[in-house]
Amino acid sequence: MRFVSRRLVLFVLTLWAALTVNFIIPRVMPGNEAQAVLATYKGVNPAALHALEVEFGVNVHQNIVVAYLEYLRNSLTGQFGLDAQRVPVVSEIMSKLPWTLALVGVTTVIAFIIGTLAGIVSAWWRGSRLDGILPPFLFIVSTFPVFFVALLLIYVFAVVLNWLPIGSNYSIGATPSFSPSFIGDVLNHALLPAISLVVVTAGLWTYSMRNNMITTLAEDYVKMGRAKGLPTSRIMFDYAARNAILPNLTGFAMQLGYVLGGSILIEYTFSYPGLGYLFYTGTTNHDLPLMQGLFLFYTLAVLICVLIADFATAALDPRTREP
Amino acid sequence: MAITELGSGTAGDAPALDGGGRARPRRFLRAVFHNRKATAGVVILLIIVFVAAFPGLIAHKDPQAAIYPQNLGPSFDHLLGTTQLGQDVFAQLIYGTRLTLVVTLVVSAIATFLSMIIGVTAAYVGGLTDRALSVTTDIFLIIPVLPLLIVLASYLPPGTVSLIIVLCATSWAFQARQLRAQGLSIRNRDFLAAARARGERSMYVILVEIVPTMTSLLAASFLALAVYVVGFAAGLQFLGLGNSSQLMWGTMLYNAHQAGALEAGNAWWALAPGAAVAFLGAGFALVNYAFDEIGNPALRPVRRRRARASS
Repeated sequence: MRFVSRRLVLFVLTLWAALTVNFIIPRVMPGNEAQAVLATYKGVNPAALHALEVEFGVNVHQNIVVAYLEYLRNSLTGQFGLDAQRVPVVSEIMSKLPWTLALVGVTTVIAFIIGTLAGIVSAWWRGSRLDGILPPFLFIVSTFPVFFVALLLIYVFAVVLNWLPIGSNYSIGATPSFSPSFIGDVLNHALLPAISLVVVTAGLWTYSMRNNMITTLAEDYVKMGRAKGLPTSRIMFDYAARNAILPNLTGFAMQLGYVLGGSILIEYTFSYPGLGYLFYTGTTNHDLPLMQGLFLFYTLAVLICVLIADFATAALDPRTREP
Repeated sequence: MAITELGSGTAGDAPALDGGGRARPRRFLRAVFHNRKATAGVVILLIIVFVAAFPGLIAHKDPQAAIYPQNLGPSFDHLLGTTQLGQDVFAQLIYGTRLTLVVTLVVSAIATFLSMIIGVTAAYVGGLTDRALSVTTDIFLIIPVLPLLIVLASYLPPGTVSLIIVLCATSWAFQARQLRAQGLSIRNRDFLAAARARGERSMYVILVEIVPTMTSLLAASFLALAVYVVGFAAGLQFLGLGNSSQLMWGTMLYNAHQAGALEAGNAWWALAPGAAVAFLGAGFALVNYAFDEIGNPALRPVRRRRARASS
């Protein structure tokens, strides 16, 4: 279990680093951004205001170490103060979370499946026309800025063809419910953002999957499988792909930060009211408590996914389980 | 044809990416131009460098002058239409190239240098230093970049310098890990033992003995970083964290999106800078992709292997 425990240590260290970055930034950056922002907080709950003052180093006359410890305690108990709308940062995040979670979760799984399958198939028929076109195409598309793909899709499908709506997560005036018409409306609004994310992220998995697959296809156990006369699909998926996918699993978690960044830009482009759009409104309102809370939240989300991927790797790869 | 590729192929045991850079540059260049992806990438980059160097030869209008009818679609007079303020979009695109390219190159160069120092130092010095630097690198790899960029950028005054600083600070980690791995692999070679025996300082060994053996890996790092920096710089500006009066593709995107250009009839105001960002990124990516194929013979198209086997 040394592998998992080492990853747990990294989990804690990274969380601590992100918290510390949050604490340090307002103190070392030039100018009095934080002071200016907090000066607008008049007549709010004194406890919440104090939490913010400790985080941003405004009006705090205590020793910096004491302030730091108090900030860490506040953070670990989930006290991130109020945003510029006087709403607790945590509840603001929680209210927008389901939209982003659904959008990013579903698209990431779809993109991972498409991208990995493309890698498997092109490595299997290596040197074929398919191999010559599919991976480079997906790779080039994955280097496209996500907002460019989004703008292009909006222009073609919403402005020119007028097939799909743009902006927001459901039509104005629709009442949220679990009726088929409302769910259809939500899906209609989510389709373009989702396609943009899939298009840009699918290629992230193809290239590494293809390369890993090429390496495993050269292994003796694959030859053995062929010699035994196993069906192609069995060799392709159970023998080669199963081993080739391990590094991709680690990569999955690493790329998640990139995917989340992409989702911020996508939500902004489509005015899709999830966490990313919240982040954008935070930047326009100069809402530092909200932005720093979101930064921590994104880090935590990535960390949890990294940890899940690590456990999955440990479960799938016996080598990591050795003491 | 098969013969020349055979030649570059047999260098495979010491792939060009980690090979000493002495007799290889010419062979390496030849390999680049035998690779269609690399050629396409180099052509794209040359076009963009030309546009950045001589914008006046291509666009004959003043990019900032708001003197034309507003929100025009593309026409012969205004190839990409005009902005909401009546500026020529094509001129903006052409004149915005230079600053976009300069920021990308500067950030990629500085970040490559940072990752080189951090990665190679960790590998060469080893021990506690390595442990500390590696953990720092891992932490920076996990922390999601765009949220951190947004937080950092919102504390700094909007502008090119801030953009360069925040991008450099957040983008070095992945390459540092690559370079550390490479550094570890040559750490125990004899020429380094010789340098140590001469009593050279660590920094000297790193910069004078190790780094020159890594030139092609550094070039690959630079290219990979450039792909990524192009997108992130434009993304930050698109979110409004740039200085919208400085003419760059990202700020054009921001202005166009804020003005609702897609629906207002001059869609190219938004689409053209987006396409330009994609074009520049694709140029770097193509060269980088080819670099990988050249440096790692296992990934080359198999057609060559067959040619070798039959010859």
